[in-house]
Amino acid sequence: MNDIVIKAENLGKKYMIFHESPERYSTLRDVIHQKTKSLFSKKKQTAREEFWALKDINFEVKRGEAVGIIGRNGAGKSTLLKILSRITEPAEGYVEMNGRVSSLLEVGTGFHPELTGRENIFLNGAILGMSRAEIKKKFDDIVDFSGVEKFLDTPVKRYSSGMYLRLAFAVAAHLEPEILIVDEVLAVGDAEFQKKCLGKMDEVSKKEGRTVLFVSHNLGAVQNLCSRGLLLQDGALSFSGDMDKTISRYVSVFLVEQTARAWKKENAPGNEYARLLQAKVSDARTGDTHTFNAMNGFVLELEIENLISEKTQLDITYHLLDEKGILITVSSSAFSPETNYYSGGTMKIRTNFPGNILNEGTYTFSRLLFVMNKEIVLTEWNDVLSFKVVKAAATIMEGMWGKEGVVKINNLNWEIHSANAH
Amino acid sequence: MAFTLKKLSGNNMSFRIIIEPGRTEKNYWNDLWRYRELFYILSWRDIKVRYKQAALGIVWAILRPLLTMLILVYIFGTVAGMRENSIVPYAIIVFAGLLPWQFFSNSLMESSNSLTGNERLITKVYFPRMIIPASSVITSFIDFFISFLLLLVLFIVYDYLPSARIFALPAFWIIAFIASIGPGLYLTALNVKYRDFRYIIPFIVQLGLYISPVGFSSNVIPGKWQWLYSLNPMVGVIDAFRWCIVKDAGNPLLDYPFYISLGAALLFLWMGIHRFRKMERSFADLI
Repeated sequence: MNDIVIKAENLGKKYMIFHESPERYSTLRDVIHQKTKSLFSKKKQTAREEFWALKDINFEVKRGEAVGIIGRNGAGKSTLLKILSRITEPAEGYVEMNGRVSSLLEVGTGFHPELTGRENIFLNGAILGMSRAEIKKKFDDIVDFSGVEKFLDTPVKRYSSGMYLRLAFAVAAHLEPEILIVDEVLAVGDAEFQKKCLGKMDEVSKKEGRTVLFVSHNLGAVQNLCSRGLLLQDGALSFSGDMDKTISRYVSVFLVEQTARAWKKENAPGNEYARLLQAKVSDARTGDTHTFNAMNGFVLELEIENLISEKTQLDITYHLLDEKGILITVSSSAFSPETNYYSGGTMKIRTNFPGNILNEGTYTFSRLLFVMNKEIVLTEWNDVLSFKVVKAAATIMEGMWGKEGVVKINNLNWEIHSANAH
Repeated sequence: MAFTLKKLSGNNMSFRIIIEPGRTEKNYWNDLWRYRELFYILSWRDIKVRYKQAALGIVWAILRPLLTMLILVYIFGTVAGMRENSIVPYAIIVFAGLLPWQFFSNSLMESSNSLTGNERLITKVYFPRMIIPASSVITSFIDFFISFLLLLVLFIVYDYLPSARIFALPAFWIIAFIASIGPGLYLTALNVKYRDFRYIIPFIVQLGLYISPVGFSSNVIPGKWQWLYSLNPMVGVIDAFRWCIVKDAGNPLLDYPFYISLGAALLFLWMGIHRFRKMERSFADLI
C-alpha cells in the first residue's frame, strides 16, 4: 500500500499587504473614499505589496505515513495546513488528496459556552465532519476519554479550562479520517493529557495505517510521532526527509535549543555498529536543561547502544560548535591515557565541561563520533544537541565592548609597567 | 473481507480532493448535501442558544411583531387613512403582510451577520460556507412560527375564521424563503468584505417595511406602475400571504405582477449564490 495520498505541486499562497490599513477587510467608506480620490488625482495606488506566505512547495505523502512539518513562526506551516484543509485557497499550484480528510487546527472549534458538554460533543463532532450516527456510536468512548462524565449536562462555560480542553480533545481523538491534519493543538493542556493524546495519535498513524500531517513546536512529540519531516523556511520547503535529519537540520539552521533527546530502539539514529539512544546536556550545578549559567559549566550525558558484540577498543568524540558553526573545541575519550575496551550493550557516557569558559551564546554538539581503535570512525551523529549559555551577571566588560567573545580565558597574566610618572 | 476492501477503495475514489486556485468545486452541491448534518446541528445550536440565553427570546419574538402591527395599524389605518374596505379586521390584514415581511427582515439581519459571528469556524474548519447563513435563516423561521401562533390568537380575538386557502401558506412560505435567502447571501458576502455594510442593512430593512405592501394593499399602486413595484420580490409574497389569510383578498396568481416578483426573487437567489460562491474562497483570508 505505497500509494500516494497527498501530492502537492508548486503550491504557493500570496497575501496582499495594504500599507494604509492594517485590517484585512475594508469598509465601503474606504473604498468610496479611495475611488473618489483616484478620480481627481491620476496617481495610481501602489501602497500595497505582495507577500508570499508559501512558494514552490512540492511534496508527496504516502498512505500511512506520519509527516511532521516544522519551522519557525511565520515559516508558512499554518498556511500550508489551511490550504490542505481547504480553508483558504492557494494562489498557485495544485494539490491532490485521496481520502477523507479531517483537520484539527484548533481544539474545541465551535464549542458553544451556553451548551452542555453532551450537546457540544455532537456540535463539535459534526463540525469536524462526523455524522450523527458516528458520534452516537463513539459517544461513550469520547466521554470515557475525556473523564468529564459527571459534568456532561453542565454548560461548558462552567467548566475549568482543563476540563474544557479534555472534552475538546476527546472528540478530536475519535475522528477516523483517512488523512488527519493536526496543527499545534497539543501545545495546550496538562502534560499527562498531552501524552494520552499523543499516544492516541500514534495509535492512529501506526496501528490503523492512517496518514497524519502534524505541525508542532514540540520537537520531541514530532520526533516520536513522525517518520518523515518537512522543514519550512520563509515560505519555502528547505528540507524534506527522515524526521531525525529534518530536526537536526532545523536545530542547526535556527539554533533552536534542543537539550534532551531520546529515541526508541527501532528508530534510533546510527548504523549496525552503534545507535544513539539518549543525549542530554544540563547545567553542571543546577541540573537544569533550560538555563545554562556561564559560571556553572555543563554535563553531557549520552546513552549509546553498542552493537559490536566482541570486545573492542572504543571511544567517543564530540565537536562543540558556536552559533556560526565555528569549531570551539574537540574532546574525546581517546585523549585520556588509558585505553578502554568494551563489548556489546548499553554504554552510558558522561563528560563534564568546566564553567567560566564559554561566554553567552548558543552552542551545538555536532560530529559525535563512535571511534574504534582510535582511528576508525564507525558512526557519526550530527547536530545532536544545542544549548544556550547565559551570562551569570553583568560584568564590567559588557559596558565597554559588548559581547565578551566566545571563550573566556581567565588565567592570563597582565603586566602593566608604568614608566616615569614623576 | 474482500468485500470490505473493495468498498474501502471505492470510498477512496469518491473522496478525491483537488485543490487549485480558482477552482470551482465540481462537487460543491454534493458537499453541501454531505454536510447537511452540520446544517441541522448549526440551526439547532442557533435556536437553542437563542432561546436558552434569553428567557426574553420568546417574549421578544411575540412582542416585536405585535408592536409593529399596532404601529402600522395606527399609521396606515388612522393617520394615512388607508384602512381597507374589507369585512376582515384591519389588524389581521396588516398582520398577514407582516408575517412574511418579518421573516424576510429577520433572515436578512441574521444571515448578514452570521459569517462574521462564526469567524472561528471559518478560519479553522472547512465546510461549504453557505451552511452558515442558511442555518441562521432557520432561526428566523422559529420566530415566524411564533408570529403565526400570534395570528391564530388574533383570529380568536376578532372571532375570524379564515377560508381553506390558509392551507396554501406553506407553498408561499417556500417563495418567502427563496426571496429571503437570495439577498441574504448577497449581503452576507458583502458584509465580510466591507464591514460597514452592517450599518446599511437595518436601513434597507426599515425602508423596506414602508415601501412593501405591509400596512396597505398593493392595489393602491397605479396599474401602470405595478410592474415596477413588483420588482420587489416581497410584494408577490406578501400579496400571496394575504390571499391565504384574508378572505376577500384577490388571488395574485391570476395577475402578472406576482410572476414579476417571483422572477425577481429567483434572480436575486441566483445573484446571491453567484456572489457568495465567488467570494466564499477568500472568506478565511478576509475575516
